Amino acid sequence: MTIDHRYQVPTVAVHTAIFERVTKSVARVNGMPRMRQVYVPQPVMGKTAQQLRDYIEGNDPVTGRPVMQEILEGLTAPLEEEAAKGVGFDRSTPRLLEPDTEENLNQLFLDQNWTDKLPIILPTEARVEAMLKHTRHKPEEVVGHMRPTAFREYWEYTVEKVAVNAVMAGCKPEYFPVVLALASTGASARGSTTSSAAAMAVVNGPIRHELGMNCGIGALGPYNHANATIGRAWGLLSQNGQGGSTPGLTYLGSQGNNYAYNSVCFAENEERSPYVPLHVEKGFKASDSAVSAFGGCRTTLFTLGLREKHWKEHVRNMLRGMDPHESPVLVIDPITARQFIDRGGLDTREKLIEWVYENAEMPAGEYWDYQLIQNYVYPRATFGEEPYATKLKAKDDEMIKMFRKDEINVVVVGGETNGYWRIFGAGYNKTASVDEWR
Amino acid sequence: MAEKITVLNPMGYPPKVQPKPLAPRLDTLNGKTVYLVDCRFDDSDVFLKQMQAWFRERMPSVDARFIQIRNVYTKDDPETWEEIKRNGDAAIIGVGH
Repeated sequence: MTIDHRYQVPTVAVHTAIFERVTKSVARVNGMPRMRQVYVPQPVMGKTAQQLRDYIEGNDPVTGRPVMQEILEGLTAPLEEEAAKGVGFDRSTPRLLEPDTEENLNQLFLDQNWTDKLPIILPTEARVEAMLKHTRHKPEEVVGHMRPTAFREYWEYTVEKVAVNAVMAGCKPEYFPVVLALASTGASARGSTTSSAAAMAVVNGPIRHELGMNCGIGALGPYNHANATIGRAWGLLSQNGQGGSTPGLTYLGSQGNNYAYNSVCFAENEERSPYVPLHVEKGFKASDSAVSAFGGCRTTLFTLGLREKHWKEHVRNMLRGMDPHESPVLVIDPITARQFIDRGGLDTREKLIEWVYENAEMPAGEYWDYQLIQNYVYPRATFGEEPYATKLKAKDDEMIKMFRKDEINVVVVGGETNGYWRIFGAGYNKTASVDEWR
Repeated sequence: MAEKITVLNPMGYPPKVQPKPLAPRLDTLNGKTVYLVDCRFDDSDVFLKQMQAWFRERMPSVDARFIQIRNVYTKDDPETWEEIKRNGDAAIIGVGH
């Protein structure tokens, strides 16, 4: 779109056919509904040169016309009026919906894809007003902007919009500052990535106890009202605040992700952790209340405790099981946290992160052959970005680091019924103050 | 008859869409330089090199040049766009998926 419009170079974009709806939608909301787009079969990934040549020699699965004929016409056929001028339009979001019965409104919310398909609390004016009483911020204040992917436009949401979605999720009004803090990060819990990512939210500070959040037994499970509904509210706000999360249109996760139902929301067990709390590591005071937003949550590895003889190998094996494009978050029970100290002397968060950084290695040849590394890291390496450019110089059998140190995080949570622990693949986004949204 | 109630719309506020004209098309591709722009995603380089081979075999009068964007596809790449504007007549970009 940029090269055709801004640089005025006649261009045809080639996509795989499964993305027809989304590519046409993106062109439309970018004012270029007649952008010349041609489709080939899905997938391109993993096909041989000959198979891809067959795509090129074959027909566009969307139109049934020869691919190359469409491409040549796309570059030479005169523009229609809409293409020559572009098409602009304005959209509005009415504050209120037409009055209707509860049954009809619940059906409307389902039909419009405004929910996660679980029952919601209808956002009446009284319920939204009760939510708004738990922040000093005005209803019309803009909290942030969000979009499902880098190619779509940012939508805007206000304090009132966040309140509406918090009501729908079932939040008690006193939870509202945490939901606002998550909304203020601008991080979407409904990213459209084909990789089916979910989000993760870690709450720290006094607010955990004020809201009765769970950081002990079952903290990551469906056993606590605040954990369950705050994370759900972030998800609903994301899909509605960013303009949708509809499969095939604004959500392309091939398999989807159950973690998205409540965005893996939990509180850190600061009282039983031997480490400083996560929000303190991120620059807040221990007496502050804050919430940390992570994205890209997919991978989960787990084991029980740290064995005396081979714990290092076991943890290395877990790390090697990750895609190196992921970012490890060690989600460890307090029992395991103390084992990291007893076994390895890793008595600070920094030492544990350093150990993970040093021990997560793989041969360079394997690293660079990962598809996600090819897609997202190799281009940066070839143009000199460190530390990737240095890694690219390594011989195929040379061991290189899988992750950057600043990508690795540690969170302590759990009720010490045992030393089970997990590594999630999740990228840290931002830690936001909850107190600022009270 | 069930009572009607009023509820708030949960959707955010979309930006206004500005019209964006496309570039005028070419009269012919004969003797023109067409850049095949690899967005560096999931083997799109293999695909576009096959397209380059197609041009060489079927339309040798077209100078089909393969080029890769300088970063990941999520980043704008003005250097590459300027190079294409300076040295080329048209572009085919792929593969978006």
